Amino acid sequence: MTAAAGGPGSRTYGLTIETKGLTKRFGHQVAVNALDLAVPQGAVFGFLGPNGSGKTTTIRMLLGLAAASAGTIELLGMEMPSQFREVLPRVGALVEGPAFYPFLSGSANLHRLDAATRHAAPGTRKARVDHALERVGLSHAAGKRVHAYSLGMKQRLGIANALLSPRELLVLDEPTNGLDPQGTREVRNLVRSLAADGTTVFVSSHLLAEVEQICTHAAVMSAGRLVAQGPLPDLRRSGSARIRVVTPDAGPATSALARLGLAPEPAPAQPDGQVVTAALAGLGADMGRPAPEDIVAHLVAGGVRVRGFAVERESLEDRFVALTGEGFDVVQ
Amino acid sequence: MSSSLRPETLGTAGATDAAAPRGLGLSLLWSELRVLFGRRRTWALLLALAAIPVLIAVAVRLSSAVPAGRGPAFLDRISQNGLFVAFTAMLVSVPLFLPLTVGVVAGDTIAGEANLGTLRYLLVAPAGRVRLLLVKYAGALAFCLAAPLTVGLAGAAIGAALFPVGPVTLLSGDVIEPPQAALRILLIAAYLAVSLAGLSAVGLFLSTLTVVPVGAMAATVVVSVVSQVLDQLPQLEWLHPWLFSHYWLGFGDLLRQPLLWDSFTGNALLQAGYVAVFGALAYGRFVTKDILS
Repeated sequence: MTAAAGGPGSRTYGLTIETKGLTKRFGHQVAVNALDLAVPQGAVFGFLGPNGSGKTTTIRMLLGLAAASAGTIELLGMEMPSQFREVLPRVGALVEGPAFYPFLSGSANLHRLDAATRHAAPGTRKARVDHALERVGLSHAAGKRVHAYSLGMKQRLGIANALLSPRELLVLDEPTNGLDPQGTREVRNLVRSLAADGTTVFVSSHLLAEVEQICTHAAVMSAGRLVAQGPLPDLRRSGSARIRVVTPDAGPATSALARLGLAPEPAPAQPDGQVVTAALAGLGADMGRPAPEDIVAHLVAGGVRVRGFAVERESLEDRFVALTGEGFDVVQ
Repeated sequence: MSSSLRPETLGTAGATDAAAPRGLGLSLLWSELRVLFGRRRTWALLLALAAIPVLIAVAVRLSSAVPAGRGPAFLDRISQNGLFVAFTAMLVSVPLFLPLTVGVVAGDTIAGEANLGTLRYLLVAPAGRVRLLLVKYAGALAFCLAAPLTVGLAGAAIGAALFPVGPVTLLSGDVIEPPQAALRILLIAAYLAVSLAGLSAVGLFLSTLTVVPVGAMAATVVVSVVSQVLDQLPQLEWLHPWLFSHYWLGFGDLLRQPLLWDSFTGNALLQAGYVAVFGALAYGRFVTKDILS
């Protein structure tokens, strides 16, 4: 299953998913607008965005379910949707929630979906179905009709379907939807172990804590546009950070910080002293800004008694809200 | 990464060469037939069809002799020969019951999968849109064969149980033995299966237009009713040979000695035309459709 193995139909590729100018229009409405996604091989890529920002539409286009109005898609180094026969057998997917035949058992459903592709060997089907069910902890309910499954069990079955064959790319749309905290944890562990095996995982989610825990890269969508993309540390870094100084000498601290080119503001005092904060944009990334340790040295040299010093980074959530809007006023 | 190095993926080791498709990929067809004939709804439809000859036979058994020439053709001959239950029931079920059940199955083909959401997973598997369409149509055709066969076999069985079975007098006046008569029942079932192929293609096309299976089913049944109504209007006589229901009751030729195949081939050609046209429409619609369900 490796792309580098050199077998027929496989080849090396740099980016597992690459879209250029990907656009989808429904009538006058632009659901996805000139998307340039770049998902590196081996990444756990968090695809973020509020509801209705175009995540699922993008995933549908990636998988060839919907045609793009404009732009190109490459998956595993091959063009989609024209080369879907070579691409899709190597991609496991959970798209907009699980969907199964309610009147069939869990294992019969997986047999059915596995039989749908000519690329899956019928001889190993039973073993692969059993193994996939075991990986998501559904072996005990394999013979039960899906009709009787809980939402969480259906979600697991959907993930089992994505794992039926060895995959180079997993596309998981809201994989922890409907799962209890234990189930969420298991999915996280599963994603980690798959990523450790070299599988690229593309997870769409609006649960930021989850993305923060498992992802190496992320992209943020808002109103059909990509507003940020990159390795997770870079994304966090590009958000603003603030320094926070606790000191009894607020006046000298303010003037010392101002001399460094920062814009200090007084903040509500704490029991152990007054507080001065200042924005520190692009922490460490651009050379024009002083490093935190230099700021402390500067303060001390200026005779400021520093009782506390902290660099407060924006959480991914703050960054996400900054990019996509607050509360229900998300950009439509 | 080589999956054979990792013990936890031993079960998946056989499916590693994703680039090479295997054989004709008949798995999907088998799976389709198993799902179709394994589900309760299909059984309910076939049981309802089997109930038609049973009702006819019981009604004739309980009533006094049916006067000749009244009721559906062959009805008056049932009490002398139970095999006529099969002929009567097949004749009676042509205008409504067979199109109704076929409409349910054909209308459900694509819309049913879309409604469940399984369509997106079949396509991502990937089943291939053309292949899925062909398999779905093949499943509908299998039902088109199963439906009249159920009526015929149930009719022969209940007829044999309630009435004497003997040589059958054909429309041509010739007499054939019961085993030969059973063969004729199978032939008529085949004729009806061919007759329903066109309607199935219409249903398949309608099914690609919607994600509401009931809508496609109802539309298919309406189309069959409209076709039969048009076939009754003398003003539209020029249109009659082109209606897919025109030859539905034309299986009388199969009850003559020697067998006349004219109506069978004429019907088959007409149905093939409908399959070509509506198959092409279904293809055109489904291959470019955005699957948003």
